[in-house]
Amino acid sequence: MNFALPMKHNRGKALVTHAVLLTYTLIALFPIFVVIVNSFKSRKAIFNDPLALPTTETFSLVGFEEVLLRSEFDVFFSNSLIVSVSSIFFVLLFGAMMAWALTEYSFKGNLLIGMLVAMGIMIPIRLGTVSILELMSSLHLVNTLWALIFVYIAQGLPLAVYILSEFIKQVPKELKEAARCDGVSEIKIFFTIILPLIRPAMATVAVFTMIPIWNDLWFPLILAPSDGNQTITLGVQQFVGQYVTDWNSVLASLTLAIVPVLILYMIFSRQLIRGLTSGAVK
Amino acid sequence: MADVKLNNIKKSYGNVNILHGIDLDIKHGEFVVLVGSSGCGKSTLLRLIAGLDEISDGQLQIGGELVNDLPPAKRGVAMVFQSYALYPHMNVKKNMSYGLKIAGKDQAFISEKVEQAAKTLHIDHLLQRLPRELSGGQRQRVAIGRAIVRDPKVFLFDEPLSNLDAALRVQTRVEIGKLHQKLGATIIYVTHDQTEAMTLGDKIVVMNEGRVEQCGTPLELYQHPRTQFVGGFIGSPKMNFIAGKVHSIEADHLVLRLSTGAITKAFVDVAGCNLDDDVTFGIRPEHLSEESDKAERLSASVSLVEQLGEASYLYLSLSDGTEMVMRTSGESTTTIGETIEVSFDAQNVHVFNADGLALKRHRAGNTKSPAELARLKAIA
Ligand SMILES: Nc1ncnc2c1ncn2[C@@H]1O[C@H](COP(=O)(O)OP(=O)(O)OP(=O)(O)O)[C@@H](O)[C@H]1O
Ligand SMILES: [Mg+2]
Repeated sequence: MNFALPMKHNRGKALVTHAVLLTYTLIALFPIFVVIVNSFKSRKAIFNDPLALPTTETFSLVGFEEVLLRSEFDVFFSNSLIVSVSSIFFVLLFGAMMAWALTEYSFKGNLLIGMLVAMGIMIPIRLGTVSILELMSSLHLVNTLWALIFVYIAQGLPLAVYILSEFIKQVPKELKEAARCDGVSEIKIFFTIILPLIRPAMATVAVFTMIPIWNDLWFPLILAPSDGNQTITLGVQQFVGQYVTDWNSVLASLTLAIVPVLILYMIFSRQLIRGLTSGAVK
Repeated sequence: MADVKLNNIKKSYGNVNILHGIDLDIKHGEFVVLVGSSGCGKSTLLRLIAGLDEISDGQLQIGGELVNDLPPAKRGVAMVFQSYALYPHMNVKKNMSYGLKIAGKDQAFISEKVEQAAKTLHIDHLLQRLPRELSGGQRQRVAIGRAIVRDPKVFLFDEPLSNLDAALRVQTRVEIGKLHQKLGATIIYVTHDQTEAMTLGDKIVVMNEGRVEQCGTPLELYQHPRTQFVGGFIGSPKMNFIAGKVHSIEADHLVLRLSTGAITKAFVDVAGCNLDDDVTFGIRPEHLSEESDKAERLSASVSLVEQLGEASYLYLSLSDGTEMVMRTSGESTTTIGETIEVSFDAQNVHVFNADGLALKRHRAGNTKSPAELARLKAIA
C-alpha cells in the first residue's frame, strides 16, 4: 500500500499542474479567440453579441474584403515580413557570432563587452528613442525599412547573445579541439560544428526576437510612418478613426497578422521545446 | 620519420605551474604510454603535443621540425579523446571524412581512405549511422578511424578505453596493439590501466606532479623502479612498503632491520649506504609466499581475504600495524584472523633510501621486451 502512495501523490500534483496550465491557456487564448471569431462577423453582430460564434446570418467576410481589396494590406504585410525576417536573421547571425567570441576566446575587452550586453538586456531600447531618431535622420534612414531593421537588431542582440552563450558553453570542449585537430578553421568550426549544435537555442531566440518585432508599433510610428513603409501594426491603425472605427477591418487584419507568427512558431516549435528543456535535464 | 622530441617543456596556467620541464625522446614507431596519478599533467602534456594549448617554455620537435607555434593540423598529429568527441550531427562517414574534406582532398581519395579505415576497424557497416546510434565501443572505433584516415605521423590517445566495459576494453586493447603493428606510427597513449600500460607500451613514462619520474620499458619499470613512487605506481596490487634501518652492510647485500624487528637481506648496490640509515623496504604482493619455501620470513595476521578465483589477495597486518597485501594461490584456505608466516626471496626485495630513490638491484631478472628477446634469439 505504501507503494501506491507516491503514485497517487504524483497524480494529484499532475492534476493541479494541468488545471493551472489549462486556466492560463484559456485566459491567454481568449482575446485571440474573440478577435478571430469576430473577424468573421458583420459589424452589427460584433456589437450585438461579441462572444457568439458566427452563424449563417451573421457570417460576413466584409472585413477581409475591405482589408485585402481596398487597403494596401499586401504592402504592410510584406514590410512587416521583410523587417522581421531580416532582423531575426541578423540577430541570430551576429548574436551567435558574438556569443561564440565572448565564450570561446579571451581577449582584451571581453569582460567589458559582456557587461555592455548584460546592460542591454536590462535597459529598454525605447529610452534612447530620441537619439535613435536623430541618428537615423542624420544617416538619412528615416522612413526606410533599414531604420527599423537596425533598431530591431540592436534590440534583439543582447538577449540573443546571453541565451546563445549559455548554449555554446555546453558544447563540449573536446568537440572543438577535435575539429582543430582536423584542421578546421575557426570560422568553419563556428558554422559547421557550433551552429548546427545550438539550433534549438537559435529557434528559441528566433521566436523571442520575432514576436516583439512583429507586434511593435512604437518604432514604425516614429522611424517609418510614411506610406509604403508602414508595417502591419501601423497600417491597421488607419482603420481606427477618431470617431468611427472600422472594427471589421481591424479584426480581419489582426487575424491575418497572426498567421505568419503561427507559421513561424510551427516551424520552430519542435526545436523550441527541445531548446527550453535541454540543459534543464542532465 | 616522426621522432617526437620534448626538450624541457613547461606549462603554467597563470602562475600555477603544471609541468615543470619535461624531457622525452620518442622514436619513430614507438608506442609510449603515459601513466601517473590523477592531476599530474598527462592530459596537459598530450594537449601541448597536439597543439591545443600553448607551450609556456621549452621546445617540441616532431620529425625534426620545431612545431611550438604550428596549429594542430599542421603538426601531423591526430588525437583520440576519452569522450570520443564525434561530431554529433554528422554520420560516421562524414565524421571520418571531415578532416580530409577540409584539407581539400578529392572525393574519390576520401571515399577510399574512409572505406579502408572502416574495414580495418570493422565499422564498414555503420558508415551511415549517427554517433548517437552507436554503442560505446563502436563510437570509440569511429574516433580512432577519424584519426587514422588523416595518416598522421603521431597518434595521441587520452584514456581512450576508460568508458568501455571490461570485456570490450580487453578486445579494443588488443586491436589497438595490432593497429600499431600494422600502421607503424608513433603513438603516445595516456591510461590509468596497469594492464594497458604494461601490454601496449614499448616504453612507459611515469609522471608525478608535472615531472617525469621514470621512463623505460615496462619490465624495466617493474623490476628496476628508480624511485619509491614508481615502485608503488607500477604493479597491481601496489608494492608493499615497510620502514626499516640498515642493520649491516655486506659485500653484495644489505641486511635490514624492519620496523617490526624482523631482520632481512636485500641484494642491492650497497655503495653510499651507512649503518643505521633510514630506508624503505619494498616487496611486491606477488613475491610473497604462504609456503615457507623462501629464505626470508615475516609473520603477520590476516585481516581480509579477497578471492578472485585464479588467485587470492590476503590483506595482512604486521606486528607494528603496517598493512601489507600478498597474492597467493586461489586454492589457499587461509581465513581472516589467522596468523601466518610469509616468506620471500631476498633478491625480490626493493630498497629505497630516505630521498625515495631506489638502490640498484643486481639480482633481478630479465628486463627485455618481447621484440628485443626475439632479436637476441635470432642472433643466437
Ligand atoms: N585550463 C586549466 N586551467 C588551470 N588549471 C588547469 C587547466 N587544465 C588543467 N589544469 C590543472 O592541471 C593539472 C593537470 O591536469 P591534467 O588534466 O593534465 O591531469 P591528468 O594527469 O590528465 O589527470 P587525469 O588522470 O585525472 O586525467 C590539474 O591539477 C588541473 O587542475
Ligand atoms: Mg586526463
